[in-house]
Amino acid sequence: MRVLVTGLGTFWGSHLAQQLEERDDVEVVVGLDTREPRLPLERTEFVRADSSYSILHRIVQATKVDTILHTHLIVDSTTLSGRAMHEINVIGTMNLLAAAGAAGSAVRKVVVKSSTLVYGANYKDPYFFREDMQRTRGPRTRVERSLMEVASFVRDFAEDNPHVIVTKLRFTNVLGDLLETPFSKALRMAVVPEITGFDPRLQFAHEDDVTGALLYATAHDVPGVYNVAGDGTLPWSEVCAIVGKRRVPMPPVLTALAAEPLRMLRVLEMPPEMLSLLRYGRAVDNQRFKKAGYRYKLSTAGAVDAFARSLRLERTVGEHDLTYRYERDVETFFRHSSAVVREAE
Amino acid sequence: MRFAAGMPERATDGSPPTIDITTRPEVDDATLAAQTAPTSSALVPIHPADERAPDLDDRAIRKGDVDAWGRSERVREVARRIYDPIYRHYFRAEWEGLEHIPQTGGALLVANHAGAIPSDAPVIMHGIETELHRPVYGLAEYLFRALPVIGTLWARAGGVPAHPDNAYRLLHDDAQLALVFPEGEKGTGKLYRDRYKLNRFGRAGFVEIAMRSGVPIVPIAVVGAEESMPILFKSKRIAKLLNVPYVPITANHLLFGPLLGTALYFPAKFKLRVLPPVHFGVPPDQERYSRSRVMEEADRIREQLQTALYDMLRSRRSVWFG
Repeated sequence: MRVLVTGLGTFWGSHLAQQLEERDDVEVVVGLDTREPRLPLERTEFVRADSSYSILHRIVQATKVDTILHTHLIVDSTTLSGRAMHEINVIGTMNLLAAAGAAGSAVRKVVVKSSTLVYGANYKDPYFFREDMQRTRGPRTRVERSLMEVASFVRDFAEDNPHVIVTKLRFTNVLGDLLETPFSKALRMAVVPEITGFDPRLQFAHEDDVTGALLYATAHDVPGVYNVAGDGTLPWSEVCAIVGKRRVPMPPVLTALAAEPLRMLRVLEMPPEMLSLLRYGRAVDNQRFKKAGYRYKLSTAGAVDAFARSLRLERTVGEHDLTYRYERDVETFFRHSSAVVREAE
Repeated sequence: MRFAAGMPERATDGSPPTIDITTRPEVDDATLAAQTAPTSSALVPIHPADERAPDLDDRAIRKGDVDAWGRSERVREVARRIYDPIYRHYFRAEWEGLEHIPQTGGALLVANHAGAIPSDAPVIMHGIETELHRPVYGLAEYLFRALPVIGTLWARAGGVPAHPDNAYRLLHDDAQLALVFPEGEKGTGKLYRDRYKLNRFGRAGFVEIAMRSGVPIVPIAVVGAEESMPILFKSKRIAKLLNVPYVPITANHLLFGPLLGTALYFPAKFKLRVLPPVHFGVPPDQERYSRSRVMEEADRIREQLQTALYDMLRSRRSVWFG
């Protein structure tokens, strides 16, 4: 298997590349990003590309990759401007799929990491979204619109290229030791926001299940759209209780306005998607991916508990993430210098 | 469901069940055979063996008992304790035919709806939970979910938005009892002079859901709710302005004033009659069911309820004393 991973400079890209390296059936891992990898990688080839992937066509042709793992979709709208997000999500995916579908491309599998944000959060929603259900209200935010657009590209691509296995995974809110999401940021604060009078049902997936699910889809042939979320649902109040945080109420009307000072003071930035989640919540049906053979490591409560544990450790020993800085010269030295003794040879 | 899993214990160590299962209504053999046929999943399994039930580990982690539907048995417990005197001494609810409600497996309970702020749903849910020790999920307007505080309390007390998929999951996957009022707000919004005249049963979606879930429908006729908060006038214009289904002036308003009159019911005597379950004998999980069959079944259930209501009213001597 020759794999191309997009977003190597992101949490997901780096972790997936690291795990792909350990697999014997993976011959080549090519990583693409504008930023440097976040983790030390043994044999992944890192290509620095501009965010709209215009050189992608050439890379796909030259490396003859057969699998594309598209992890580089921005789902947290607080990290980037709307324009940059559009560039990465929409234009990036468009170019990627164009390159994958071009004549002479060896690509036979595309795995896309999407988000349950495409379902929105509204009071008319079913309590559990299945993959074939539509959202009950049009997308209102930039990130949702861009993800919907990506979804339609992927759908078209799958239709136009029946010889390619296209898997789209829609992940729910993710919690983990290292990952930063709007929810993890909120739960790291001394007190956690809630919207007065609302205690929505939420679902979480642990970061290991996200990489696990993406690797499962890479290793197995599971075409189609799948929801990925830990079993069960938890009310927001209980999530806070498990993490051991007190809640502070925000007004149920003009909530976005009330959240604005927090953003301006850089205390906490809550994207509009998160505000509607804190109001109505969302849960998805995760049965389809289970039937496709995936076994979850953690349930929703398990993911929240794992997060609570890592917070406790953090409280005692501080930041326990081993920070890694990519340095091109050092990497080149270790990989190609004759001075380095390589045991395998 | 956590609560459902805990139910058998309650039934055994609590008061002995008052229902005689041997007097369950007879279902003709063909229907029963169709439902127990091994090839179809018609008879709803009490708890499917798949992983839908929360992990065992979750029990150690969880701090609350709110289930996947937002219902909390602890909140229900408190609500039952508060509501019990109202149920027993104020409305003096009296049941007949409770044995028609299945003790296990899913069933869709269908009742007539009345009262400006409906008093029938709490009576039915409280009655079944205290008598049968089974949770009842009340399917209702989405609107509740959009309201702060009220929406949350409503969900904790067993309210679920009446989305067809929610109903299907409750009945088919979780094998629970779900209560629905097919008349909807047309029932609660009707004037006092139209009391006990059933409105049309919408598009009969409830029949289709029961067929798809493979569960019977159990009709319940309720007498008393109409008189507990009768609507004398309605204002269409104000309702339109406020974007609500109706704005009623009730007899309670006239007697107790605008504030107290919105919360205080008249002590009408409640009588509830559970009719024999309706089995459809069609395979579950079909893409669609014959429209005419669905409408026909809905009409039949409506007629049964209407007949039962008239029958109960014939023998009722007093609104207040039954």
